[in-house]
Amino acid sequence: MFQALLFYAFSGLLLAAALGVIFSRNPVHAIMFLVAAFFQSAVLWLLAEAEFLAIILVLVYVGAVMVLFLFVVMMLDINVEQARSGLSRYAPLGLIITGLMIVELIQVIRLRSEGQVLQGFAVNPENYNNTEALGAVLYTEHVYAFEIASVILLLAIVAAITLTVSKRPGLKVQDIAMQVAVDPKDRVRIIKMESES
Amino acid sequence: MVIGLDHYLTISAVLFTLAVAGIFINRKNLILLLMCIELMLLAVNFNFIAFSRHLGDETGQIFVFFILTVAAAEAAIGLAILVVLFRNRRSINVNELDEMKG
Repeated sequence: MFQALLFYAFSGLLLAAALGVIFSRNPVHAIMFLVAAFFQSAVLWLLAEAEFLAIILVLVYVGAVMVLFLFVVMMLDINVEQARSGLSRYAPLGLIITGLMIVELIQVIRLRSEGQVLQGFAVNPENYNNTEALGAVLYTEHVYAFEIASVILLLAIVAAITLTVSKRPGLKVQDIAMQVAVDPKDRVRIIKMESES
Repeated sequence: MVIGLDHYLTISAVLFTLAVAGIFINRKNLILLLMCIELMLLAVNFNFIAFSRHLGDETGQIFVFFILTVAAAEAAIGLAILVVLFRNRRSINVNELDEMKG
């Protein structure tokens, strides 16, 4: 009963935060609402006893990705009024499609469970440890996927750096090819002269 | 009052639809479009976790782990592209991105 109360409270907050993301005028406010949405989701995942992913969501998502978003928004200095003008042109079509989608999705979920007794998630055993259980399969069954994930992260690092590195003119940098191709004759001049006593 | 699979699927469906609505409403601002995509991925992760707990199989949660990885990479590259775009155009308005138009 208490768990149900928590579920409804935090899902209400989650949907309110999502509404804040899509309707706030200022991008910084939108990001703050998105952070709030991630926190509410982490609590809902905790209620579903997926503790490891809940903590990962807060640490990685709120701690790294959202801060990156915040950095970019503050760096770009967007003209808020200009960015939000002309909002209503596609809004009616969007609302119709959204309404249809929500009705369809909820209908599918309702039809699936029709006639069934609503039952909660299976109770975990007494000494069940979510992190331990995930680690046991992550490093054995899914080890190739794990390695591919690390390659994807490396790709993201390389791509982000090569995209944003700026080549300003007049910057003093080494030209490796020129340094290797240099001839000693160009640099050192040997002069024969009489020694003086 | 039991909280089960249906509750999580419903909240996920509503969250996903709100994100789609956000893409329709904020059609001009590229950053808000990226944030709506993040919300969609969050809704998908809800489905994976709910089914993982419903079926008693941890593979769904492993999948969420990889979705989070790919989403982080996607956000980093997307924001890098956004920064380059802003540096070249001084604007991130979607309507002004029409160089490729024939």
